[in-house]
Amino acid sequence: MLLYLLRRLLYAVPIALSVGLVCFLLVHIAPGDPINAIVPADAPQELVEQIRRDYGLDRPLPIQFAVWLGKVAGGDFGNSLATGRPVWADLSVAIGNTLRLAFVAALIGFLLGTALGGLAGVFQGSWIDKAAVALAVAGVSVPHYWLGMVLVVIFSVQLNWLPAMGAGPGGSSDWAWDAEHIRHLILPAVTLSVIPMGIVTRTVRGIVAEILNQDFVQTLRAKGLSGRRVVFHVVKNAAPNSIAVMGLQLGYLLGGSILVETVFSWPGTGLLLNNAIFQRDLPVLQATILVLAMFFVVLNLAVDLVQTAIDPRIRRG
Amino acid sequence: MKAAQPSASAAAELAVQAREAATRREGFWAGVRKRLARDPVTIACGVILLAMLAAIVFAPLIAPHDPYQGSMLRRLRPIGTPGYPLGTDELGRDMLTRLLYGGRLSWFMGITPVVLAFVIGTVLGVLAGFVGGGLNMLIMRATDVFYAFPSVLLAIAISGALGAGTMNAILSLTLVFIPPIIRVAESVTTGVRNLDFVEAARASGAGPLTIIRVHVLGNVLGPIFVYATSLISVSMILASGLSFLGLGVTPPEPEWGLMLNTLRTAIYVNPGVAMLPGACIFATSLCFNLLSDGLRQAMDVRA
Repeated sequence: MLLYLLRRLLYAVPIALSVGLVCFLLVHIAPGDPINAIVPADAPQELVEQIRRDYGLDRPLPIQFAVWLGKVAGGDFGNSLATGRPVWADLSVAIGNTLRLAFVAALIGFLLGTALGGLAGVFQGSWIDKAAVALAVAGVSVPHYWLGMVLVVIFSVQLNWLPAMGAGPGGSSDWAWDAEHIRHLILPAVTLSVIPMGIVTRTVRGIVAEILNQDFVQTLRAKGLSGRRVVFHVVKNAAPNSIAVMGLQLGYLLGGSILVETVFSWPGTGLLLNNAIFQRDLPVLQATILVLAMFFVVLNLAVDLVQTAIDPRIRRG
Repeated sequence: MKAAQPSASAAAELAVQAREAATRREGFWAGVRKRLARDPVTIACGVILLAMLAAIVFAPLIAPHDPYQGSMLRRLRPIGTPGYPLGTDELGRDMLTRLLYGGRLSWFMGITPVVLAFVIGTVLGVLAGFVGGGLNMLIMRATDVFYAFPSVLLAIAISGALGAGTMNAILSLTLVFIPPIIRVAESVTTGVRNLDFVEAARASGAGPLTIIRVHVLGNVLGPIFVYATSLISVSMILASGLSFLGLGVTPPEPEWGLMLNTLRTAIYVNPGVAMLPGACIFATSLCFNLLSDGLRQAMDVRA
């Protein structure tokens, strides 16, 4: 197990490095000279060259990459071109808000999805099954940014029950788990939970149905095991694959939240990214993508290890 | 006579069996068609999508107004206004007209990336699966890197770096969909490559190109195609999502995601009209998803 753990960790290193490379190259696939994003267009030529040297933009790309990688590893993401503040200062606050939203959304989606999928798998062909399948298809087909607007129209504009925007009273970005902040969290979290709900429902339904058709379940029943004990065995067998799907979904939520955050003006990475795109603030764009992708890499690794710990049969080489 | 009767009925039985076998041998597609005919949901979705396609293709003939001509005097009219059956938008342009024209770009931006990724991903995936060895290693490790990004994030990252524009959005979505198609194509091809009939073809002197063309492609295209159709719904949501973020189509061009964005402030004045573009995206994406599910079942492809 320890050896396997080490091998998986080692395998994650080249992946993490290539993710870094892709993020680094993002700035270079952007049209135009990256220097133009830093200095005003009418700056004198000597000043442009001076800044180019200061930023190391006159050196060959591989060296620039190595230097950038070294800085990033030390937690230095550079300064925002728009505000001049260190990128990490804004990013660390935004990441916290995005993670909070993604985790709550994932929790809602996974609980609902597991319950719906489990019931649908056990009672295949019944009306519960049909309703769950219909909900699941609707969940994966709905443009979540639109669903967010629909919920705002219903619960904020028409009923005036919940706030439509921001993460706290008065647009503050400091988080606390009190009633007012949680009220702000409800609509974006529910909106975001719809996609994992749909996918988890489908997956769990398929897995449970397949397990119930296997011989060992019949044997358990023949042995005279009570319904509850049989369910325990089914859950044990369904868990590894379900966990894998959920882990991936949690990662997708980190990216998917960008659109939902824009709808609700949620002060997370989505909003940060959105502003960075419009101000052509490439350091912020680069750092945000990198940090989110790294979370995803770590998450994938964790899912893999948890899956293997539960079921040693699925070892990936 | 009496003794002949049982044998006559046995012969009839045989004839029925033979006929059944013959109809069965009519082939895979006959079976698919038969299964689809018994699936009303899939057929309904197909019909709705065809109707939508016809409506957006013939938009210039159907649309009652000009998609760009607005008027400050008739902004945000509600649904059911005489002359403007679906109301008007924030610049006083007819919603029905804008939705019809908007569908053209939304469909184009949603489907093109999947088609491009299907072609490129299939070529790379089949090559990786068929040739194996170092080439397989190279292609599959490259896809691993793209798998390290959540798809939405990757699309937004590439579009964000390239800047707004329809072509940039299509390019970024194509890049997002190539890796998953490569994975499916590679795993299906690896499965087929080791089957006996490929070995037999090789033994009888068929070259690699012939084997790929005749034996491999014929068996792998179905599953890859079904998988690709399941991506169309995601692609439409993402393409409109990029426009919604301001990364795809630029105003005043009509496109569902962009219309949803420009109508965002109108939810307090006229929520019915503001919700329409999103409802169109939802309906299209739902139909493509159900159609893809139906195809998967009819063609008996395992996910």
